[in-house]
Amino acid sequence: MTETLPGAAIPNPTDEAAINAAVDQAVAAIAGAATLDELKAVRLAHSGEKSPLSLANREIGKLPKDQKAVAGKLMGASRGRVNKALAERTAVLEAENDARILLEETVDVTAAPRRRRAGARHPLSTLQDRVADIFVGMGWEIAEGPEVESEWFNFDALNFKPDHPAREMQDTFFVEPPEAHLLMRTHTSPVQVRSMLEREVPIYVLCPGKVFRTDELDATHTPVFHQFEGLAIDRNLSMADLRGTLEHFARQMFGEEAQIRLRPNYFPFTEPSAELDIFHPGAKGGPAWIEWGGCGMVNPNVLRAAGIDPDVYSGFAFGMGIERTLMFRNEVSDMRDMIEGDVRFSEHFGMEI
Amino acid sequence: MRIPLSWLREFAEVPAGATAEDVMEELVKVGFEEEDVHRPTDALQGPIVVGQVLGLVKEPQTNGKTINWCQVRVVPEGQEQTLTGKGIDPSGVQGIICGAHNFVEGDKVVVTLPGAVLPGNFQISARKTYGHLSAGMIASVRELGIGEDHDGILVLSRIGLDPELGTDAMELLGLYDQAAEINVTPDRGYAFSIRGVAREYAHATGTAFTDPAGKVQAPAELSGGYGVKLNDDAPIYGKPGCDRFVARTVRGVDPSRPTPQWMVSRLRLAGIRSISLPVDISNYVMLELGQPTHCYDLDKLSGDIVVRRAAPGEKITTLDDKERTLDAEDLLITDDSGAIGIAGVMGGAATEVGGTTSNILVEAAHFDEVSIGRSRRRHKLPSEASKRFERGVDWHVAGIAAQRVVDLLVELGGGLADEAGTDVGTAPETVTIDLPAGFAAARIGIDFTEEQVTTSLEDLGATVEKHDGGWTVTAPSWRHDLETKEDLSEEIARLVGYDKIPATLPVAPPGRGLTRVQQQRRRLIQALADAGLTEVLSYPFVSKAANDTFGVAEHGAERSAVKLANPISEEQGFLRTSILPGLIEVAKRNHSRGFRDLALFESGLVFLPEGTAGTDSIPPLGARPDAEVLDALYEGVPAQPFHLAAVLTGHDSPAAAAHTPRPWDWADALDIARLAGDVLGVDLVVSQGSHQAFHPGRAARLSLRTGETVGFAGELHPKLLASSDMPARTVALEINADALFDAAPDVIVARHISTFPVATQDVALVVPADVPADDVLAALREGAGGLLEDVALFDVYAGKGIEDGKKSLAFGLRFRAADRTLTADEASAARETAVALAAERFGAVQR
Repeated sequence: MTETLPGAAIPNPTDEAAINAAVDQAVAAIAGAATLDELKAVRLAHSGEKSPLSLANREIGKLPKDQKAVAGKLMGASRGRVNKALAERTAVLEAENDARILLEETVDVTAAPRRRRAGARHPLSTLQDRVADIFVGMGWEIAEGPEVESEWFNFDALNFKPDHPAREMQDTFFVEPPEAHLLMRTHTSPVQVRSMLEREVPIYVLCPGKVFRTDELDATHTPVFHQFEGLAIDRNLSMADLRGTLEHFARQMFGEEAQIRLRPNYFPFTEPSAELDIFHPGAKGGPAWIEWGGCGMVNPNVLRAAGIDPDVYSGFAFGMGIERTLMFRNEVSDMRDMIEGDVRFSEHFGMEI
Repeated sequence: MRIPLSWLREFAEVPAGATAEDVMEELVKVGFEEEDVHRPTDALQGPIVVGQVLGLVKEPQTNGKTINWCQVRVVPEGQEQTLTGKGIDPSGVQGIICGAHNFVEGDKVVVTLPGAVLPGNFQISARKTYGHLSAGMIASVRELGIGEDHDGILVLSRIGLDPELGTDAMELLGLYDQAAEINVTPDRGYAFSIRGVAREYAHATGTAFTDPAGKVQAPAELSGGYGVKLNDDAPIYGKPGCDRFVARTVRGVDPSRPTPQWMVSRLRLAGIRSISLPVDISNYVMLELGQPTHCYDLDKLSGDIVVRRAAPGEKITTLDDKERTLDAEDLLITDDSGAIGIAGVMGGAATEVGGTTSNILVEAAHFDEVSIGRSRRRHKLPSEASKRFERGVDWHVAGIAAQRVVDLLVELGGGLADEAGTDVGTAPETVTIDLPAGFAAARIGIDFTEEQVTTSLEDLGATVEKHDGGWTVTAPSWRHDLETKEDLSEEIARLVGYDKIPATLPVAPPGRGLTRVQQQRRRLIQALADAGLTEVLSYPFVSKAANDTFGVAEHGAERSAVKLANPISEEQGFLRTSILPGLIEVAKRNHSRGFRDLALFESGLVFLPEGTAGTDSIPPLGARPDAEVLDALYEGVPAQPFHLAAVLTGHDSPAAAAHTPRPWDWADALDIARLAGDVLGVDLVVSQGSHQAFHPGRAARLSLRTGETVGFAGELHPKLLASSDMPARTVALEINADALFDAAPDVIVARHISTFPVATQDVALVVPADVPADDVLAALREGAGGLLEDVALFDVYAGKGIEDGKKSLAFGLRFRAADRTLTADEASAARETAVALAAERFGAVQR
């Protein structure tokens, strides 16, 4: 592959011309090496232990003292030239080699397999967290409670009179035996009552959670759904504070352009009571006001049930459906999609809403 | 409540061109909800006119049917047709084929001419049929969409009409009218009347209101009428069941008189079917004034009317011809014959007005809300009357309503009213409310003027008296819902307009953020999603069998569970004690929809009743119960821990080029359970488990260091999978996450990180096959002492070279000292003590 020079004459280390000729020969061979393997052979031949230059170098020892310095200088420079040429050629060939190998290793990145499953949160759960975060940001706290609840917390404490039609409108799941007065909470309001009983005023809490009504499942009804309810008890709270809070929340949730509207309504636990509408500029069929939830000023009987003096404190409360919010915010048209557990529904959302 | 616009216009200033939608938009402002629009012309289009059958030829058909080939004049005699259109005969006589036979030559009927459209988008045109060109249709009430009558053609003389030929029949039958349907909240009984809604419409629009009650001239006093006694010996909550009973007599009503069409059409738009003149009048007055009334056939009554509670076991046959057994709490209208009506709910069949009734006793009474509500619920008899009584009727309107019924019976039925009448009972005490100055302003956040306060309340019908510190307000008699200063504040805000309420943002005191548990719950859910699982939700309703299978480890034991009194399906009548049954259902649903590779998880509450369930009684509203009562309420609520469950089936990833997905197996279930522990900083101890829902050899019990079992993970039992139509080798886990949250360390103490070199030693131990690897590992850990940094199982081997009934476990041990480089001897010595302990405990022998 290359001319090794075993039989070549050893140049005299003081013979500048002979040495230069050997160097030139080496540099030429180096430049001529086309691959790293060839270069390896060239290196052996021209700078290995048996190469003319190495052998010449060894001859320096035998020279008379006065010639040693001159020969040493000559040989040093000569071998330096060869080494430099070798290093440069090595770099060039290595770069070429790397580029070629990497090119050969090219894959079709568009055919990459998904080795890991992409997980997903249920959007109702993600939305619930987002709502909670907005209120936590306002200094509110998140309160929770049981789903099977005492009738007193669900109704009486909330000023539902035992024989009032409003009590029936809640389509309640009762627990056996009826004499035990247990039921599945029809709203998250019992958590508000528990909060009032367990906390010191002022109270600013948000209660998200599952609630239950005896509705058959269809496109717009489900017997199990989610709500979030807010409760604020403090001195001198008014309906203006309620509106301000809801407006702030709506803007965090839907953007600075969000608008809300209050309409008179009736709930046993609030007086005055209002229906809360939100303006939905992107609604199907054109911009529209959408019913979002109920709200009002906490009825004094509810405060009394928790031992809070209604002459000193007042409060407001509001409640919205999480399913409903998701339905109009994210254009979910069928309730069943949210509750059947079809993986396509959750996976479409991933970790976002 | 449905409001026919023509009726509303009598008492409120509704613009001429207003639609039901326009009216609803106004009513929404004062607190009603839009429900629906009822407008016959949405489905019905003319020309529909009055015609007279001139000729009728019966033509038998080969199919056995006989049809009538009719000539029908649809313009007055001697006139020509002015309507034009394809199929409309200029002569004014239409040839029409008709299959019905309940009419004869000379009858006036309703003719839908070519070009008309009937409900169901039924287009009328001239078409060839039975060998004739039939140009139009002779209509029935059903075809016109105004009734369910199957008796055939609507013959106008039978409903008392004799209009000129060619008259617009839609006008004649009131079909150009429309109704707005609104939702009335349960506190506003007064709005179940045109009277109440017209007043609210006036509030909403700021226009004038004419009180329909004001147009009736009722005598101030009545006496000498039919004998009526109010004998309630068991009032509910101390309130007498009946506190007013007005009875009036009208004689000589002509039973053949039909109800006029204007009344029929208004009733129809309001959702009430026409039955007979007296019944229609009674319903009409109820809708107009909100006071239910009842008409008795006077000749069927015997002796005085007594209003009393039922005797236990007493029976009545109600108007719907059903015999009902009464409860001692039911309030009854009775005469000498016994019960003749369940007060305020439904009248009795024996005394109802019928086809021959001419002498009528009119009842307009006032009943207690609670008593009526209970009877209605008990007998499952929701009626228009009970709906109103339950929500409260104006005590003062009874006499007026009775007079209105009498007037209409006289005017429309040709009857003669007795001068004498009955009016017994006691008016309720007037309630006055003190409204302190500034209260409404503070509560609403609007700085109301004095005038806004007083005019609003006066517009409602309240009387307002000013005093030093505010006002004394007497609510109108029809507003039982106004009891407190808060109620009045709402009314003022409502009339001034909720849209005037400004927005201010109250500042909450500094909060603590999410609680520890709330953060843990989020982290757990996020970790599972991040690990590639999909979060789903399922219902908590399960069968008893599902609870018994998943709720208890041992086969055959019963799981105590919460049973629902009124479940959606009896089959799923219990609340879950485990999330898995619901989750498996979800997995099954996905599987049947073609998704074979699934990794699902759900978190939520399960219901574990233990000890006392509930309380025998519940405290009254409006007062804080004392501590003992509150404790009982708290303790009566069953334990509801927060669980986490997952189900995995199929493969871990989608198949792809150059990628072989791995089937999920039992170890994945365990791995995910451990991940749940890891993200919370809780060490889960795994041991061989036994649970009837799981494969007997492939289930792991998960416990805390304290020994408390917190869940199971592994392969589901093959039989269970087969019976649930789930693929074999489906794996699952369930953990009581609340127990993990509890066990999580409050503070994690840092460990010193040694930078001295590690010394690794491997050891293979032969132990009996039934010794759990984790136990051997624990022995090594314990035996190795303080120099051991970590130990891990890296191989399990049984077979050639290993004695039967034994297995070889290979462990890698990592030793490191905190303060020096270990010598090989030190590491070996530590390994030997570790092996010695394993040998001592399990007879482990080094290979």
